[in-house]
Amino acid sequence: MNRTMNRTLSVKIIALTVWGLLLFSPFLFQDVRQVEVAARIAVFIVLVASYDLLIGYTGIVSFAHTMFFGFGAYGVAIALKQIGPGWGAWTLGTLSGVAVSIVVAILIGLLSLRVKAIFFAMITLAAASVALVLASQLSQFTGGEDGMIYSAPDLLKPSTKLLTDAEGDVLRIFDVRMNGKIAAYYFVFITCALMFWAMLRIVGSPLGTVLKAIRENEGRAEGIGYRVVAYRTAVFVIAATTAALAGAVYATWLRYTGPDTTLSFAIMIDILLMVVIGGMGTMWGAVIGATLMVLAQYYLRDLMEVASRATEAIPLLPELLSPDRWLLWLGIIFILLVYFFPAGIAGTIIRGRTK
Amino acid sequence: MTHPSLSTRDLTIRFGGHTAVNAVTCDFHPGELTVIVGPNGAGKTTYFNMISGQLMPSEGTVEKDGLDLTRMPASTRARHGVGRAFQLTNLFPHLSVLENIRLAVQAQSGDGRRFFTPVTRLTELAAKAERYLEATRLSDRADMPAAALPHGDQRKLEVALLMAMEPDIYMFDEPTAGMSLDHAPDVLDLIAEIKHDHTKTVLLVEHKMDVVRALADRIIVLHNGELIADGDPGEVMSSQIVKDVYLGNAGELT
Repeated sequence: MNRTMNRTLSVKIIALTVWGLLLFSPFLFQDVRQVEVAARIAVFIVLVASYDLLIGYTGIVSFAHTMFFGFGAYGVAIALKQIGPGWGAWTLGTLSGVAVSIVVAILIGLLSLRVKAIFFAMITLAAASVALVLASQLSQFTGGEDGMIYSAPDLLKPSTKLLTDAEGDVLRIFDVRMNGKIAAYYFVFITCALMFWAMLRIVGSPLGTVLKAIRENEGRAEGIGYRVVAYRTAVFVIAATTAALAGAVYATWLRYTGPDTTLSFAIMIDILLMVVIGGMGTMWGAVIGATLMVLAQYYLRDLMEVASRATEAIPLLPELLSPDRWLLWLGIIFILLVYFFPAGIAGTIIRGRTK
Repeated sequence: MTHPSLSTRDLTIRFGGHTAVNAVTCDFHPGELTVIVGPNGAGKTTYFNMISGQLMPSEGTVEKDGLDLTRMPASTRARHGVGRAFQLTNLFPHLSVLENIRLAVQAQSGDGRRFFTPVTRLTELAAKAERYLEATRLSDRADMPAAALPHGDQRKLEVALLMAMEPDIYMFDEPTAGMSLDHAPDVLDLIAEIKHDHTKTVLLVEHKMDVVRALADRIIVLHNGELIADGDPGEVMSSQIVKDVYLGNAGELT
């Protein structure tokens, strides 16, 4: 038992280190792209953790998670575009995105969560496809395939001076300019950290145990008094709401929303991979999975560029390591991870290598 | 006698052309332990499934204290006090023994809907779960995953879950199945304790005749889905009809 606790502790330490790095990343990494990566990691941790509530904790397979992410993002994007930048518009957009997500989640849940898992998965796939088609067809609202560019509320605009020095210029702390960009980053960080904390509370609550019980033995959960359909629908709604909020936050950060940043099935697959890499059924695993995957997406090409140059003298190798083949290597890394960490990184560390 | 706590009226279920349970009408009373016997395939487990809600009857009704349960899902019946332990071990295998019991406790107390309070802060819940751990002598295995328990302890955990639901109706389906002789008394002691409470209605499916003799207040016999005998243990066990059923001449009876 003690060993399991130590292992759980080490996973927590890794995950908290990631959160620590995210907290200070504007100061640690001053390159624009690096802060971009940090924000994306924060958002995807929430997205992956909320998906894990479904697939890892409750055993529900859904392909509609990016749809809810998209509802939140498009809600904010349309509101900011149509009404103009402001917190009123932002709140309205977020709430509409969340409201649509809740309604759709309840409908899908009540209609199909009582039937076989495969049928539910198909329904979510269909719903997500419809959402994707709608987003590209209703171009007068959504900007179609091109998406929408809009302004964030004033506080979060890069030109905003948060703190000024004696001459009225933007104040620098540790050489970091205290402008709207930093406000935007901490807006993302704080909202994501809060959502992650809320999900930790959920899995540690009595409800969290019920979710695991449903995953383990649905019939017996019903037999001791839990209405399984209701609990499944409830967790589906919680996950959908969280995904929508994450979408709203991401749309605010990017100041752009389009099918490729929110709704596409490529993102759905990314989320699935992140859950599997991190470890299903562990909130902390979501942190590890999302971080590794986003880092690989942003930096694997750079790394291969370096490797390709370093091996210039050797035949064949530079060809194999050419940055154009980064997806091949991402695939290989993924296969190796699944082979050596069958329960995901966090899951395998906690449970140990045996079984 | 007192009002029945549980009654079935003409309870019938058909699977295609086969009638598995046929018009079983029977009352069960608080403080009474009824053993249900009958050869394999007599419909005992199917009868149980219709009472606890795993199966919906084709005809007939199930009532508890005057409340019609017939169309209610199993979870609602459980919350109304119908508790059931299963013949094949039916636990939450990767959750710990304590978590298994806590699930049953919080289902009964309504704490399962709490989604933001850490489990560790609900001390009343923990204390209750602890009590059932002790009652079933599983305290020293509290942190083990249920799947890692030896078979005998899994059966005890099955009973612990049922006790933790604090039902009015206790349904045991061959609680000692597959247990070695030296472990079976543990589970039987637990059932005897429930019986000695004298307020609970206990239904027990059991084959082992020494168990039946030790515990039964009343025996009912199911054969080919029909209720063919009902009464005092001594009477029923010695009746010709039961002997015929168990000796296999039953074909001539019906």
